[in-house]
This record gives sequence, structure tokens and C-alpha cells, in this order.
Amino acid sequence: MTKRVLILVGTKKGAFILDGDAARQSWQLRGPFCEAWPLNHVIANAETRTVYATGGNEWFGPAVWKSEDLGETWTHSSEGLKYAEGEEPIKCGWSLSPGKDCIYAGVEPAGLFRSEDGGVTWAHVEGLRNHPTRPNWTPGGGGLNLHTIIRHPGDGNQLWIGISAVGVFHTSDGCKTWTPRNVGIRNNYMPEGQQFPEVGHCVHSIAMAAGSPGRLYQQNHCGMYRSDDGGKSWSQIENGLPSTFGFPCASHPRDKDTFFLIPLNGDILGRYMPDAKAAVYCTRDGGETWEDLREGLPQEQAFFGVLRQAMATDKLDPAGIYFGSSSGSVFASADEGGNWKEVARHLPTITSVETLVVE
Amino acid sequence: MTNVGHNSGDAAASQRHVVTVSLPTALVRLFPGSPNQVQIEARDVAEVVDGLEERWPGMRDRLTDSRPSIRKHLNIFVGADKAQLDTPVSAGTKVTILTAMSGG
Repeated sequence: MTKRVLILVGTKKGAFILDGDAARQSWQLRGPFCEAWPLNHVIANAETRTVYATGGNEWFGPAVWKSEDLGETWTHSSEGLKYAEGEEPIKCGWSLSPGKDCIYAGVEPAGLFRSEDGGVTWAHVEGLRNHPTRPNWTPGGGGLNLHTIIRHPGDGNQLWIGISAVGVFHTSDGCKTWTPRNVGIRNNYMPEGQQFPEVGHCVHSIAMAAGSPGRLYQQNHCGMYRSDDGGKSWSQIENGLPSTFGFPCASHPRDKDTFFLIPLNGDILGRYMPDAKAAVYCTRDGGETWEDLREGLPQEQAFFGVLRQAMATDKLDPAGIYFGSSSGSVFASADEGGNWKEVARHLPTITSVETLVVE
Repeated sequence: MTNVGHNSGDAAASQRHVVTVSLPTALVRLFPGSPNQVQIEARDVAEVVDGLEERWPGMRDRLTDSRPSIRKHLNIFVGADKAQLDTPVSAGTKVTILTAMSGG
């Protein structure tokens, strides 16, 4: 039985937690945590209720923060979170994936680390950076960061990662070898005839469909895509969207065909809500058609964006949907996007939103 | 754990000295129980960092990166002079760790 719902918020100045009641109607803000460090991702292990946060401090470098009491107290570690001597130092952590067997951390410059002791020590997963395409990896505007980690729910050897502006990679042998999975993804910033390279794609976010590991959704700088074969090939699903550009995407917790994203007004005109009216777009048929969900969201002067890790669903029924804006507001819907409420405002720029249902 | 940037040359051959090390508040806050000033026995800045790491595990990673080098937005002064990891220290020297002016 659900007792509380937590919205975990990463910002450019620390972590915050919104404590919600079981009905998801009343929210109390706690924070800032993690010494107001710039954070890129705050997420919990749902089984252990351990909350992790990662980012990087300009003075003190990267670290992974950890709280075993839902944010009351925190520790930090970067033991082993480093490349070999002489390589470009790690600037910050970007993405975390806590699981039963281990925690993965994606960092900038792009690479993957693994902790098998709950985030106390870390080891570099070397296979990814040994990929022969690595000399061609070029950072996007946000840096050469590994920002997305997707685990196969039934096979611990399978993992998908997203690197900006490189693309999607998949491993099926426990991270020893990796294969680019970008076929069908278009890069508008290459000359005609070269717009479908093996790597060099500005993937913004990826999400796996509920109960369907072969189905992935991808919001790319240059379009919105779906794959039904684990990323081996991608198809455009942009018809009906106001723009092909956006950052976050989120899957419904149970329905593989239902999926949410937040299109912005393109990549050259400010990257804010189209017509300055906020909306989440939802498909219920795998991307064939889209509807806009905007009841309760600002419909004028919404000159904000939503960053790549700043939208999440919860696992309840009906599903809750949450997103955080670049202007520091958190919006929540307890009815799958039908009605929205601003549950926090005036926070620092929000970089990530995740949820934890406490039972 | 990596022994960051220790120079085994002249400094290593010399004697260790007790120096007073001043830590910035932003660093102290990350390590509960650490003081703003501490006495460390060392021959050079790298050994000062070693001494801090011994007392407060993890502090090395906050001060140095994997090049290895003092982090880009930190400064360590030995007396009045900006130092590197292989800068020697002498008896009674004050070692000051400062965060750079940065942020937004």
C-alpha cells in the first residue's frame, strides 16, 4: 500500500525532495541537499530506498552522493571514479542507474563506471571507451556526456547507453563490447548524403517501453524515434508533434504504447515551449498519433524549457507524470497528464526529475 | 588509491616538516569533523595531500584530479607562492588551500 510518493529533483544548485501524500495531492519541499552542488541526476533504488545523486563541483570535481534515509543525511564518494593517469579528468557525473547487482554511473567526458558496493567505490567499465569509433566522438553543446543508461529488465548483460553527441550504444555481453545502434537516425547537421552516420548523433534521451525490452523511444536533437528491435533500427514518429526538437521522454509504467515527451519550439529559437504555452505530448499508439496535455500548465509567457532528465512517471495507477523546468518549477499530474499542478517554484534550474513510491 | 603526483626527487630526499595547512570552508563542510586548520608532516604539497587523505579519506579526490594535478579551480599556496604538487614545504611554512573565484 502506498504511503508516500517522493519526487527527487536534481538542480544546478543541489538536490531537492518533494514529499507527497499517497493521493499525490499535497507536496512538501525539502532541500537543498548535497551542499548545493551542481547535480545532473538524482534517483533512488526503489528496493533499498537509497537515494543517489551525481554531478560535479567546479572546485572539487565529480562525486556520487548517497542517502539511506530518504534525504535526511548524505555521504559522498568518488573513490575509483576516475580515468587512467594522464587522461582528461572527469568533470562530472551525469546519469545513474541503481539496480540489484550494481549501480552504473555515466560521466563527462563520456564513460561508464560501475559500483558493486552501493556507491562506495567505483570501477571504470573500459569496454565502451575502447570502441573504435571513440576518436570520432565529438561533444555537443552540453559536453561529451553519457547521460542515459537503460538496463534490460531480464538480462543483466544487456545495456543501452546514450552519449551526446555520439549516439546510442548497446552491449549484450556485460559491457565488454558495444555496438552503435543508430540506424535510421538522421543528423541534420551533416551534408546531404552523410546524414546517417554510424555515430555522431545528438541523442537527447531514450526510454524503454514498459514490459517490452525491444521497444525503445528516443528524443533526438533532430527528431523523435521509435525502435521495435532494441535499437537496431529506428523509425520517425513525429507526425502530429509541434516540433521535432525536445529533450526528455518518459514511458508509461504499464502500457508499452503510451509515451510522453515535451517538444520545444525548435533548436534555434530559444528552446522554450512552443508559442510559450506549456504542454506534454502523449501518444497512446506507439507514436502514430499524439495529443497535447496542458490542463493546468501555463498557457502564456511559458518561456522555459525542460532538460533531458527532467521528466518521469511513477508506477501508480493511474500513473503520475512529473517534470521540472529550466525556470525552477515542478509540475505534477496524478492522472496521466489530464490535470497538472505546479507543486514547486523558484528552484534553481532543474536538471533531473525521478520518483520513488514508498510503500 | 593513487598517490597523486608525488615527486621523488629533491623534496623526497629531504626531511619531513610539520606545516600548518589551512582548509577552505567549502571543503571542510564536505568532511564532517575536519577543521579549518591542521598540522601535517610533509616534504611537499603532494605529501600534504597524502596526509589529508589519511585523516579524511576521499579528500584527495576533492583536491586533485587524475592528470594528476591540483584541481583547476583550486589554488594551493606555500607561504605566499602558488604551488604545484611537487612544491617542497619547509618547517613552519603555512600551506593555504583556496577555492578560486568562480560560479554563478
